[in-house]
Amino acid sequence: MNIIETKNLHKTYKESEIEVHAVRGVDLSFEQGEFTAIVGPSGSGKTTLLNMIGGLDKPTEGEIIIDGINISTLKGSKLIDFRLRKIGFVFQAYNLIPVLTAKENVEFIMNLQKRPKKERIKRAEDLLKAVGLGDRMNARPSKLSGGQQQRVAVARALASKPMFILADEPTANLDSESTRNLLEIMETLNKEENITFIFSTHDTRVVNKARRIITIDDGKVLSDEKK
Amino acid sequence: MIIKVAWRNIWRNKRRTLITAASVFFAVFFGLIMRSIQIGTFGNITDNLVSSYSGHLQIHKKGYSDEKILNNSFNSDKSLINKLKTLKHVKYVVPRLESFALASSGEQTKGCFVTGISPDEENSMTKLSEKLTSGKYLLKNDKGALIGDKLASFLKIGINDTIVLIGQGYHSVSAAGKYPVRGILHFPSPKLNSSLAYISLKEARKLYSAENKLTGIAVLLDSDKNTSSIKAEIKNIINLNEYEVRDWGEIMPELKELIQSKSVSSYVMLGLLYMIVGFGMLGTIIMMIAERKKEFGLLVSVGMKKTKLALTVFTETVFLGFTGLLAGFIVSLPIILYYSVHPIYLGGKIAEMYEKNGFEPVILFSSDTGYIIAQFIIVFIILIVASVYPVIKILNLNPVKAVRD
Ligand SMILES: Nc1ncnc2c1ncn2[C@@H]1O[C@H](COP(=O)(O)OP(=O)(O)OP(=O)(O)O)[C@@H](O)[C@H]1O
Ligand SMILES: [Mg+2]
Repeated sequence: MNIIETKNLHKTYKESEIEVHAVRGVDLSFEQGEFTAIVGPSGSGKTTLLNMIGGLDKPTEGEIIIDGINISTLKGSKLIDFRLRKIGFVFQAYNLIPVLTAKENVEFIMNLQKRPKKERIKRAEDLLKAVGLGDRMNARPSKLSGGQQQRVAVARALASKPMFILADEPTANLDSESTRNLLEIMETLNKEENITFIFSTHDTRVVNKARRIITIDDGKVLSDEKK
Repeated sequence: MIIKVAWRNIWRNKRRTLITAASVFFAVFFGLIMRSIQIGTFGNITDNLVSSYSGHLQIHKKGYSDEKILNNSFNSDKSLINKLKTLKHVKYVVPRLESFALASSGEQTKGCFVTGISPDEENSMTKLSEKLTSGKYLLKNDKGALIGDKLASFLKIGINDTIVLIGQGYHSVSAAGKYPVRGILHFPSPKLNSSLAYISLKEARKLYSAENKLTGIAVLLDSDKNTSSIKAEIKNIINLNEYEVRDWGEIMPELKELIQSKSVSSYVMLGLLYMIVGFGMLGTIIMMIAERKKEFGLLVSVGMKKTKLALTVFTETVFLGFTGLLAGFIVSLPIILYYSVHPIYLGGKIAEMYEKNGFEPVILFSSDTGYIIAQFIIVFIILIVASVYPVIKILNLNPVKAVRD
């Protein structure tokens, strides 16, 4: 069963006179447990597509159906709440609240979900251990390396028990060591916990790990291969 | 957890937080002290003059204020006086017969202002007996006089010496009388010191051939706050074709004007202080929003409701300003309370200047709750208004843009 479906998705940005067709007619579907990379040159529309799937940006045309719900029918705080319950986000940079420690950052999202304190603490600790940060739980983001920060972000994204995780170029700012490390963690989570990951990237090393590779260019899907 | 985030954010930029809170603190502090002194000192001056002479209100024959002559006196009316006494907020009702006279001691002559008083009633309101520096207060129907100390020294007379008053009586009858000096008075105002003479109402009527006449009835209220409402009430019970009512501002227009001009300048100062508070807060808030735009974008993206985020940031900024506000009150209130019971008496040149202008040389702090509460509310509203800015910003936040910019 598909957890995400996009139907004839279009996005046109209008900045003064110039119209930019960032996404033009994308029909995709994603299943539970996928480990999918979206690749394409800079400006091809990867971020725009992921933002629309994540309910952060609205399509100009077309539909996005997540868990059977057309998300364009969700407005304002309903949509925000939907994101909180269904989607985990890992951004390229600026993923964490600076004044909170790694553990508190992971806890925070569960706090938004009004989960009991005991459960929050236990889950935050477990997840941080799972991403290899058992010994850095009480460090603030500024005291963590870029790779460590991204791992906290993955733990945070997982904490809310989402249906899937969207990661827009999660390794773009990382060195190759950290990149490999992060990818391994994501892969393990995918294989062992059946967590769905959809991530965009430029990086061929990252692409090679994916089990499905969607190539887009100029806002259109060029190819969609499963390994 | 949300409170934790707010609290840590407040201390994220310690220096900015302290500067902002301090600017609120100083504005509140100076605002309160300034108003306290202003209201206290001028209130004191007003109270002094009002209670020691004019009363809050005076009733005269119609036309008396234009021409203060004995011919504009009226027949004493017991029922009017009794009616006035039963009014709410009225403390004392004091009948008087006032006119000018030349005071002479034989060698020296000086113009003076003679007030015929009912000694007991006068004393209950003006505490005239407390102003005696020597001698005794007048008895009912006393045949003697009380005079200001400057007038006494000018005339070179003392207790038991005789003062001669010469003037013009009712319907221009000539008036002259001799009065033994019973007591010497000292007023805070030098002007009064050198011009006042008191005799009993009975003697004054005799002197001026004004049988059963009064030139005015002074009314002292419990507080200046009630002056205008009681004035209106009195206007209702008297015949306005016959009488007129004036408040102390009309009786002493120079004082009223002085107080008003000082009030205006202090309002301007207060306005400036409030602007410091407002813009100081707003500046900090704008910087803070710019710094945390990405954080806000992130939080909304991952699922924090905008209303919740806005409330958190609102709490932060209100707390920040409120700390300064509270500190300002905590520091200034004890000072105000202390000095409201321990007035600062001025000395030297400044004191002389005050006295020359007819004012008691003292700085008084008012602990009147009115202006204190008003300032609290005004600053609080400014803080709230400034704190609404980030709320609006957050409610209109586009998370994608916020993170990307
Ligand atoms: N908010 C916006 N306003 C106007 N144009 C935009 C906006 N966001 C993206 N674009 C344009 O849309 C196109 C697709 O951008 P997008 O960011 O989706 O590409 P991308 O594939 O993520 O690129 P990159 O690999 O550099 O991150 C680009 O031409 C970009 O300039
Ligand atoms: Mg991108």
